[in-house]
Amino acid sequence: MIRLALIAVVLALPATAAAEPSGRQLFVEGCSSCHGFDARGVPGKGPDVHGAGASAADFYLRTGRMPLDVPTGEQPLRGEPAYEERDIRALVGYIGSLGGPAVPKVHPEQGDLSEGQHAFTTYCAGCHQIMGEGGVVTGAVPPDLKEATPTQVAQAIRIGPYLMPAFDSRQIDERTLNSIALYVQHVVQRPPDRGGWGIGHIGPIPEGMIAWLLAGSALLLVARVIGERMDR
Amino acid sequence: MRGAPRLLPKWAAPRWAEIAVLWALLLAGAAAAGFIAVYALGADTQWLGLLLGLVFAFLAVAAIVTGKALVPQEQKEQERESLDHEREDLDIAVYVQEVGEGITRKRLLKRAAGAAGLTVVGALLVPLASCGPFLEAEQLRRMAWRSGRRLVDEYGKPLRAEDLAVGSMTPAYAEGVDRERLDASLIVVRLEADDVRLPEQRAGWAPSGILAYSKICTHAGCAVSMLRYPLYSPKVPRPALVCPCHYSTFDPATGGEVLFGPAGRPLPQLPIEVDGNGELRAAGRMSGPVGPSWWGVRQG
Amino acid sequence: MIYRLVRFVDTRTGQAPLVKKLLRYVFPDHWSFLLGEIALYCFVVLVGTGVYLTFFFDASTHSVIYHGTYAPLQGQEMSQAYRSGLDLSFQTKAGLLMRQTHHWAADVFLVAITLHLLRVFFTGAFRKPREITYYAGVLMLVLALLEGFAGYSLVDDLLSGMGLVIAYSVVMSLPVFGANLALLIWHGPFPGTDAFQSRLYIAHVLLLPVAIGVLLLIHLLTIVFTHHSQFPGPRARESNVVGTPAWPGYAFRSFGLAFAVAAVLFLLGGLVQINPIWEWGPYHTAQSTNGAQPDWYLGWLIGALRLMPGWEPAAGDYTLIPNAFWGGALFPTIVFLFLFAWPSIERRFTGDHAYHHLLNRPRDVPWRTGVGVGLFVWVGMIFFAGSSDRLFVEMNIDYESQIYVYRALVFVVPLVAGWIAKRWCEELLRYEAHPLRPGGGRVRRTPSGGFEPADE
Repeated sequence: MIRLALIAVVLALPATAAAEPSGRQLFVEGCSSCHGFDARGVPGKGPDVHGAGASAADFYLRTGRMPLDVPTGEQPLRGEPAYEERDIRALVGYIGSLGGPAVPKVHPEQGDLSEGQHAFTTYCAGCHQIMGEGGVVTGAVPPDLKEATPTQVAQAIRIGPYLMPAFDSRQIDERTLNSIALYVQHVVQRPPDRGGWGIGHIGPIPEGMIAWLLAGSALLLVARVIGERMDR
Repeated sequence: MRGAPRLLPKWAAPRWAEIAVLWALLLAGAAAAGFIAVYALGADTQWLGLLLGLVFAFLAVAAIVTGKALVPQEQKEQERESLDHEREDLDIAVYVQEVGEGITRKRLLKRAAGAAGLTVVGALLVPLASCGPFLEAEQLRRMAWRSGRRLVDEYGKPLRAEDLAVGSMTPAYAEGVDRERLDASLIVVRLEADDVRLPEQRAGWAPSGILAYSKICTHAGCAVSMLRYPLYSPKVPRPALVCPCHYSTFDPATGGEVLFGPAGRPLPQLPIEVDGNGELRAAGRMSGPVGPSWWGVRQG
Repeated sequence: MIYRLVRFVDTRTGQAPLVKKLLRYVFPDHWSFLLGEIALYCFVVLVGTGVYLTFFFDASTHSVIYHGTYAPLQGQEMSQAYRSGLDLSFQTKAGLLMRQTHHWAADVFLVAITLHLLRVFFTGAFRKPREITYYAGVLMLVLALLEGFAGYSLVDDLLSGMGLVIAYSVVMSLPVFGANLALLIWHGPFPGTDAFQSRLYIAHVLLLPVAIGVLLLIHLLTIVFTHHSQFPGPRARESNVVGTPAWPGYAFRSFGLAFAVAAVLFLLGGLVQINPIWEWGPYHTAQSTNGAQPDWYLGWLIGALRLMPGWEPAAGDYTLIPNAFWGGALFPTIVFLFLFAWPSIERRFTGDHAYHHLLNRPRDVPWRTGVGVGLFVWVGMIFFAGSSDRLFVEMNIDYESQIYVYRALVFVVPLVAGWIAKRWCEELLRYEAHPLRPGGGRVRRTPSGGFEPADE
């Protein structure tokens, strides 16, 4: 198995070197039907990507939100990335060259957890739910943040994908951004479930289901045993 | 004791039941000892719950097996006693009524007793009016905002017009007012100035497309903490403020009109102005009462 | 030893004949008669764990800065109530176990009451002579809902606050006097003052539990007075009661059930997290979270609030009935009025004023079963609509479309379900009554609690 992989790597090396994909080429193949050959967008299908920046390209491609199968205007949802690493880099490089913000540098370790909790409650919990489990807004489904990396958290805050409002550094400064990323890493993605099994961190709905299905059926079973006579 | 008639049937407890109950009791005791030990050694919630749960589970087993196999089993049949005592009912009614035999002004006395009773009950209830402002619904119309009061952000910093990007959402408060008051909090959004379509009488309420709305939903008082602002889409609906409790959806462009959901009146808007320092200040009073509606509240 | 104890008590009280009678008091055997008992034992656990919690909880909205052991809230401003909730969860040994068990017990208490109500309704157990028992029971359900909500609200976490402001809005929405009533209860405009928190606390730990306790006493006493009802069986008649005597058989069974209830609740309390208040954070009026929900037993009210279109009758420019009234006040009033009025409605329609100690099977009275299924499906549909936002997050179904669909379904489905239930019962009866079937429609109870055709 390892040998096979080695062979594959060796074989692949010169090929990579030879055919380093150009970002422009990949864009024309994979993106231009909606964003246009000139990357200036196609009315009714996709927006101009000038000024979107490397950050947006990196965010959409790495979270698998782009490319969309059908440009229907539906909300792009998180999924497996469609491109492999080097192609993503090439595409990000190309779109970055059209202008716009670079991929933000985030340092969760420099943040403050309590500040992050407070800022998350203030800016994010309305849509993404206090434990980042995702939620509902009329017209869209704010996603859960269970897999969002600190960089992606920062990107989403700055870009405001789909229906999300964007927050720039005048509203959420770098320190607060770090703190929010820390909160997502430490609380959202590693919930402090001191009480036992976390049952989804969305509050009373799963709790009610446990009360009915688990406790209710267990006690009904006991009642059934008791209410039945063993003798005769 | 000796010679008393036997009530229960003769019963020989099965051996298995005796052993089962014995084991269940021993295990319950062991689990209880474990509970004490865990408590002493740091009291981990999961272990405590597991052990205490087991204590009761074993006790349950012991009790159920005892009830169903260890003790004599019998199916008893009992005649119901009549619930109907017509004779006594009549006796009681007559006896109670006999009290009034010697009284001539019965009706007058009854009325006096009724009147006294009502006023006494009233007197005893009246102190309850101290529980809060009594018949002062005017308090609900109080306003944290008056002309010139600054808007401050979550951290107490004055809000500046130039800091608000188009498509942004910023929670804000009335400077110097208790933040927990429903009328103190705002949600400030900035739209493209061209997209703002306020009614005529609100001209000038939204300098550079900056709009300030009460953060408290007019339906059930939750904080309106969602702004949907389409980045790009031919299909996505217009910008809207949404309450996460029952998803009432308001249109910030038109003065907070209800687009969807149970809210019955628009989100109150605060007219704002930008002062010489570029800071946001209230330019008047809210367009309507803040918070959930009540009987007689003005709709607009 | 036992004899001496009995002698001692009897010679001081003279109640030996009563005790003797009670020891031989007969309980009919059927598992469905134990649902109320499960609720009773949940109540016992609630009182026990609740008393423990009062040793640590401090019901005050006084504002403090948190410096406890939970890092994500370090240095934040919160109420004393919320901080003491955090401290009893993190610092008090066994505190979290008791808090969680208390909360689970409340959830399961309402499950048991609901199932018990369904059993009583569909078997006609509310009929003469048991109306008082029934009314006390329904009243206890109302109080249990209030009691649960008060507990949910006391902790002053984000969910508590969002729930309370909705309750405030519903009180405000009551016609004419709503605003004044809300100001009285909250001691001013929301969020009110510390006085409100004291009121909520005393209601939760004293007024409501005592009221429930008194009703419970009435409920149990009237059961003892009328004796238990029973299903028809080979020996069971209107004039008798057949079953296991209180001592020894039934007492041990019942202890067993009590222990089983405690076992389930403590296991849940230790192993399954409920209402992790530290994860919700403290409440401030300007903050909210997506998908906030009340505890399950109030889910039908949030469903009604969400489903109601934004309709508010007005006189000119002035609102008369605010929207929260429809779902938050009128809807539960209708449901409880129905439950309270049902025994009288049924008596009026059937003209039946006789005693009924033998229970119906649901099929025996198709129209009652149909009406009941209609009502409970109606409430159930609205209940599910209340959680549609969370349940369908994964499926990515547009929220607005869901609401439009539900608005129609909550009226269509109950009607259809009620009609189907009625027809189904009628078919079952017809099938049983077929002359070629053995038993010709007569059934008898099997020892295990089921039914079989009775050949005569």
